[in-house]
Amino acid sequence: MTRPLVMGAVAYAPKVVTIWEGFKEYFHRRNFAFDFVLYANYERQVEAQFEGAIDIAWNSPLAWVRAERMARARGQSVRAVAMRDTDCDLTSVLVVRSESSVATPEGLRGKTVGFGALDSPQANLIPRDHLRTQGLVAGRDYTARRFDLLGGKHGDHIGGERDAALSLLAGEIDAAWMIDGNHLAFSREGTLPAGATRIVARTGLYDHCNFTTSPAASAAQVERFVELLLGMAWDDPEVRPLLELEGLKAWRAGRTSGYALLERAVDDERFYDAEGNILVADYRY
Amino acid sequence: MPKEIFLLPIIDIEGLGLDAGAHLLIKHGLNKVPVGGAVTVTGTAPGWEAQLSAWCRSQGHPVTFTADGARITRSAVHAGRWHGALSSGHADPRHEGAVHEQAHPGYGLAARGATVEAGAPEYAFRLSEKHGVWADNAAELYAQALAAQWHADQAIDWNAPFDLPDEVEDAVAQVMTYMIENENAALVVPARFLGQLHPHFREVQAVLAIQVADEARHIDVFTRRLRLRGREPALSTAGGQASLKTLLDEPDFSVAEFLLSVLGEGTFVTLLNFLHAHAPDPVTRQIARLASRDEARHVAFGMSHLLRRLDREPEFRTRLANAVERRNDALAGTAGLNEEVFDALILLAAGEFTPAAIATGYARVQQLMAEMAEGRFGRLVRLGFDEQTAHRLAALHTRNFM
Repeated sequence: MTRPLVMGAVAYAPKVVTIWEGFKEYFHRRNFAFDFVLYANYERQVEAQFEGAIDIAWNSPLAWVRAERMARARGQSVRAVAMRDTDCDLTSVLVVRSESSVATPEGLRGKTVGFGALDSPQANLIPRDHLRTQGLVAGRDYTARRFDLLGGKHGDHIGGERDAALSLLAGEIDAAWMIDGNHLAFSREGTLPAGATRIVARTGLYDHCNFTTSPAASAAQVERFVELLLGMAWDDPEVRPLLELEGLKAWRAGRTSGYALLERAVDDERFYDAEGNILVADYRY
Repeated sequence: MPKEIFLLPIIDIEGLGLDAGAHLLIKHGLNKVPVGGAVTVTGTAPGWEAQLSAWCRSQGHPVTFTADGARITRSAVHAGRWHGALSSGHADPRHEGAVHEQAHPGYGLAARGATVEAGAPEYAFRLSEKHGVWADNAAELYAQALAAQWHADQAIDWNAPFDLPDEVEDAVAQVMTYMIENENAALVVPARFLGQLHPHFREVQAVLAIQVADEARHIDVFTRRLRLRGREPALSTAGGQASLKTLLDEPDFSVAEFLLSVLGEGTFVTLLNFLHAHAPDPVTRQIARLASRDEARHVAFGMSHLLRRLDREPEFRTRLANAVERRNDALAGTAGLNEEVFDALILLAAGEFTPAAIATGYARVQQLMAEMAEGRFGRLVRLGFDEQTAHRLAALHTRNFM
């Protein structure tokens, strides 16, 4: 029997099981041997990539940064081979209450700003980096309040961003960060009443998740995997429910041009060192 | 600026954010251009560009920002969802091809006429063939039923004065006990089929649903009449229940309609008319009149369905005849109508506990039996049975009436 391509994914929500069981079935019907292993957090998953336990990982952007650093330190290489259309060119927005006097990031001096999980690229690392480039440093120029949920999930669980939004509405904090799409989602679900908030800042563009190959992965298997992924059509009723669950309309070839902001944030916030070792002291996962 | 930029439709969302509904204006504008076509969006809400980027990403529409605003290209993704979608007929049953001969399991619970996305779950509705359930006047019968609904508190004068001898009041209680038992069957049979009927046959679904509601109302008023003078339900016999159980055991919709509605409820209409004419008190007479009207509609639906099916499938008559014989065989070892009910009908029609009155009551019940058989015969002939077969089958009908 052919050794299957083994993929790692982080179980940040119960739907993860449904998604990958569906993908497994899709691959099997096309005679591609595929299996997956679920991890409790991205740190364990990236480490497994270097222990030979998995051939490819569905990685958060932060996990990609770590994998890339670990590979470089070991003289190995990892590749970002595929991503969702919705992983490209995201931004995070800084939101205040409509009646707030804050109109620009400069107005945040002396105020309290809400962030998502410590390891969230979109609601903590990139936003802190953004404010730093505006001359604002947490603890010195403003007070950072963290809404930390499920450490090690790299912010995949949007509960932290939602808690920050609720805290903003309750007047407990002066501003909150969230992905642009979550700002709309919180409005749709009613967490943020229409017109109750105002966007005062927006980060630069960044990319989100990607499929990261492990150093020892078979190139031929990875190639077939990507070929089948890119062949998944939204028009296909068998595939569409899986794409909807995973939040995409089409898979795209991987690119690494969208991680520069996060790379800089990881260094500035001293999250990982150049070899991918975890530096941040109060990180629990 | 290239000229075509100026020709793009412009959607100005003004100060409305996408967290407050602006996406509707954009969607509406995009729907007016072909796939691959573009629109320009302008706005003034703080951060509207970030919101628009997020929305376009989630919808799969490429977007670029220029000094004139955001240029959105309509993606083919949304049309893709409807590739291979099922067309489920037409809402108006009179429309050509509105009601399909075979309702697709994938139509599921969709309104008839809706476009149903491919990949929707398939529902296992057992009754999914038109010829097995349909009646051309189902919509009309439902409309009549709806117009003829009555409220038990308003339609019946529960305080109408009467005073019956104990023996006669007991007889009324026994007849009501029997009626409730029969109406339970008349409720459960369509209710079971209702859950198995493909909703594509909306008009039939509505008829069955209102029949169930009719029977619930009958059970309520029979119970209230029974208790009006402090009585409790009386006797229920094994033979009566065995007869009704054969109705519940019938899996074929058309056969069940035949046994329950055409023969059973048809016979019941005669019984209710009898009670309307001869019941000893005004409350029972009013109830009987109202229930009789409802039951007549149930018979009409059964007749209409069977006439349509037999017209297309004349050999189905044999199955109907066999069903009557099979039911007769199954009930051969039971007593049929319970003696208490028969006696109670005599007393009820007598109105008094005297030999002269009982003689009248007895004659009336004999007359009732004859009328019931005649009614069944007439309906069987209308369904195309020859007179000899119609007589035989009318006579084989259960002695329990229903």
